[in-house]
This record gives sequence, structure tokens and C-alpha cells, in this order.
Amino acid sequence: MIATSLTGRGTAGRAGDRPPVAARARRRVTARRPAGAALGLGLGTLWLSLIVLLPLSAVVAHAFAGGLGAFWDAVSSKQAVAALRFTVLVSLAAALINVVGGTLIAWVLVRDRFPGKRFVNALIDLPFALPTVVAGLVLLTLYGSRSPVGIDVAFTQAAVLLALLFVTLPFVIRSVQPVLIELDREMEEAALSLGARNMTIFRRIVLPNLAPAILSGAALAFARAVGEFGSIVLISGNIPFKTQVGSVYVFNLIESDAPTSAAAVSTVLLAVSLLVLLAIRGLGRWGARA
Amino acid sequence: MTVSRPWRIGLRTVALAYLAALLFVPVGLVFWRTFEHGIGAVWDSITTPAAIHAFQLTLEVTAIAVPLNTLFGIVMAIALARGRWRGKGLVNALIDLPFAVSPIVIGLSLVLVYGLHGWLGPSLTKAGIQVIFSVPGIVLATIFVSLPFVVREVTPVLKEIGDEQEQAAATLGAGWWTTFRRVTLPSIRWGVAYGVVLSVARCIGEFGAVSVVSGKIAGETDTLTLLVEKRFSNFDLAGAYAASALLALIALATLLAMTLMNRRREEGDA
Repeated sequence: MIATSLTGRGTAGRAGDRPPVAARARRRVTARRPAGAALGLGLGTLWLSLIVLLPLSAVVAHAFAGGLGAFWDAVSSKQAVAALRFTVLVSLAAALINVVGGTLIAWVLVRDRFPGKRFVNALIDLPFALPTVVAGLVLLTLYGSRSPVGIDVAFTQAAVLLALLFVTLPFVIRSVQPVLIELDREMEEAALSLGARNMTIFRRIVLPNLAPAILSGAALAFARAVGEFGSIVLISGNIPFKTQVGSVYVFNLIESDAPTSAAAVSTVLLAVSLLVLLAIRGLGRWGARA
Repeated sequence: MTVSRPWRIGLRTVALAYLAALLFVPVGLVFWRTFEHGIGAVWDSITTPAAIHAFQLTLEVTAIAVPLNTLFGIVMAIALARGRWRGKGLVNALIDLPFAVSPIVIGLSLVLVYGLHGWLGPSLTKAGIQVIFSVPGIVLATIFVSLPFVVREVTPVLKEIGDEQEQAAATLGAGWWTTFRRVTLPSIRWGVAYGVVLSVARCIGEFGAVSVVSGKIAGETDTLTLLVEKRFSNFDLAGAYAASALLALIALATLLAMTLMNRRREEGDA
């Protein structure tokens, strides 16, 4: 449900993100908020600043504490560049696979009927609920050195991709599903009666309607993948220049007492997350219009 | 789009095979591996003093973080859904930050504020308060990562129900507290409950941020997820599986709660 709530397309928000016109008109009359609400807003903002903003600004401040040169040295070291590049590439790969796989699974869960569908549907959220370190252990059990099916990908780049696919599985599915449920089937029937073939209907009608949801799900998956740590740390082996991702690299820098370099690389990761967050907001607006 | 029967079965097979390979079989296998040496061994390994302490610490941290974030969530959701104020768009975007920021960056950020050489670290040390490598740091990290859940579940509910009933209550002379308690709270209770369930799951399962700030002192600052990693690194595979199975059971209970609540919400019992 994280996916749907972020894109403003949650089960409850579906009927309309904006309040009814009447309510909006009346709002102007009661624009004066009671003192209690103002106090609540003040305390809420203070809480947000203390818990989230103060620490995150400390990261950015420490990153530039040694000047721009020191920041650049930390983020342009060979190991940092390799880790960041691998993180972005493997996250993109995970997002792309999710675009295809997630859309397919969402379609099957909405349009198909088979025994046990509700059960499968409920289990889709398991990667959200399962602690990430357990997810890593889970994948290592089937795809590690003691694999009962003889597939051992532990300590390879494929293992990192596998872990990311596991933790990002629900994003595209959960953002496409509600749109697919609401999609007007009359359009498809009209196209069919006009002689369009399935492929054409999918390409010209279904896909354009789903595109905003697919993209925002993929963006969420990408954002999650860029920062992922728990599921990767056990299965990747953390081999520099090969399977080391950004977050694990930062963790090593913290452990080896290099907080300034850690802050610098973290700032790059933070910037990526912020950009993706902004992109998702833009996509949300596009989806609301479409 | 009317997909022919063979196509439909083909797509279904591909989808289910993907889910099986990625999700169902690995999770099932962990349970099988956990219990292959009998339930007694599992029981012994989740009732060692270290494991019991880790479980207690995890519950304590959750019991602090979830109520605070629930209170914050309800207040902020009302402000976002009902109020018109400057900076609303910005605050709205900032609330999502904990979803987007890497847990490791979150852990580091707390070290840089409360650690020995952090902004507030030296003065806190003088006052005799230790945050990093201690329980308060774990609590702060957990509050950070689970901050957005209740806000994000309650805001759309508030927007959907509109404010007619609240207006009516106000017209009839109810104060804002009475209106909140008798009108608003009953209509958002499922949204709140859903957000709380998600928060609890996230608090229990948090690993990255906690692993940076905890220091992993056995019997003191080890949470359940840290215990899994520690046992795995110490080649105590059976112990790691046992703790994992416990966490996986909690996750499955979370899913069950989510499914039941969704059904109630869809039935319109809001």
C-alpha cells in the first residue's frame, strides 16, 4: 500500500483526491482555524524537523565541511564511482523488469480468474512486510551455495538484482492494479467491434491508460532499489568494483570511521532519492489528469 | 480485450511462475529449513537470553515509536487535508522522505547529529546521555523510518469523507475536540488502524538504519533483525533461520491484518 499511498491513488483516495466542490466553497467561510489545530500543525512541523530534517541536513553539512574539493574527492574515488554506477544500473534493471513483470502480474490478478487468486494477491505485499535482512536470507537459501535446485548466484551481480527484484516486487503491481480495475472496458469492446486485434487494443488503449501508474510504480521501485541495504548485504558479498552497492559502501565508510566521505556519498544518494521523489509527484499529477 | 483461453492460461502461468521463483518457494523453503531439525531446536534457539532480550528490545522500541508516529500522523493528516497554509506542498513532500532515503543514510544522519563528534553529541555526553550505540539511537532511527505511514493512510480518507459532517457538528455548537472525537475519529479509524499495522511491521523489521546506530552490543542493543545478521555472520545458520522464521511469521500476521482491514474498508464499514 506504500506504493498507492505515495502516488495518491490509494483505495480510499481513488474516488477523488480533491474534496467535493461544495466542501471547497465552504472552506473559505471557515478559513480561520481553531487554536488547537494551529498548535497541532506547529508541533507536527517541529517533530518533522527534529526527526527528519535536522539529521538529513547534518549529512549534507558534513559532506561539504571539508570544502567542495574534499566532497569531490570522496565521490569521485574509483570505488565510490564504481559503487554508485553499479547501484544506478542495477536499480534501473530492476525497475525495467518490474515494468514488464509487474504489469503482467497486475493484469493476471485483475482480469484472470483462478483458484487461490485472493491468496496470491494478499501475498504480493509480503516483501513490504518482511524485514529486508530476512529477505536476503530467504533468497540465499534457494539461490545460495546450499541451493537445493543447484542455482548458486551468491556474491554475484545477479544476486544483487535478484534481491532488488524481491524487495521492489509490490510497487508496480500495487500501483497498476487499481487503475486496471477502474479502466472502462467499453473502450476495449468498442475497439474490438471495430475490428482491432488484441495487440492493437493493448497498445493503443490499455497501455496508454496504465502508463502513468506503471511509470510511477517503476520510479518508486527505482528509488527503493537505490537505497536498499538489508537484503543485499548478505547476498552480495560486498566485492568492491563488482557487487558493492552505494549503501553498503557508505556502511563500510562509517565502520572504517570515515564519516566525511560517508556523508559525501550519502549526499549523492540523497540527491538521487529527491529527484525521483519529485519525478513521482510529477507523474502523480499526470496520472490525475489522464 | 478478450484474450483467448490458451493465451490467458499462458500469461497466468508466466506470472505465477515468476512469483513462485521469487517469492513463494524461497519463503516456503526458509520455513522448511527452520523446522527440519524439529521444533525443539527452534524453540531453544529463540529462547536464549540474547534472543529474548532482542525480542523485548524490538517490542519496546516499537511501543515507543508507533504511538508517537500515530499521534503525529493524525495531526498532520488533518492539517494536510483540511488546512490551507503556506508551505503545505513542501511539508507534504518532506513527509515522504523517509520512504525514499536509504536506511544507511538515515543511520549516518543520526550519528552525525548525536554521535561523539556530531552536532549535539558533545553536549549530550556532558549531560550523561548516550544516544548512539544505545537504545535512544535505535528509537530515533525507528521513528524516522516509520514516520510517513499513518499520515499517508489517513490523509486520503479525510479528503474523501469531506468536511460536511464536521461543519454540521460545528454548527450545532460542538467544540473542535468534541467534533474530532465524535465525528472525525470514528470515520478515520480504519485508516489509522491500517497505518498503525504498517508502522508496526516496519518498526519490527527495520535493519539498515538500526544497524548503523546500535553498535550491536549483545544483550543490550541487539534487535531481532540484527540478531539474524549476527547469527548468520557467526555461521549459526540454524539460529539465523529460527529468528528469521519468527520475523516471517510476524510479517504474515501483518499481511493477514491488512487483508482483513481492506475487506472491511471495501465493504464500506468506514
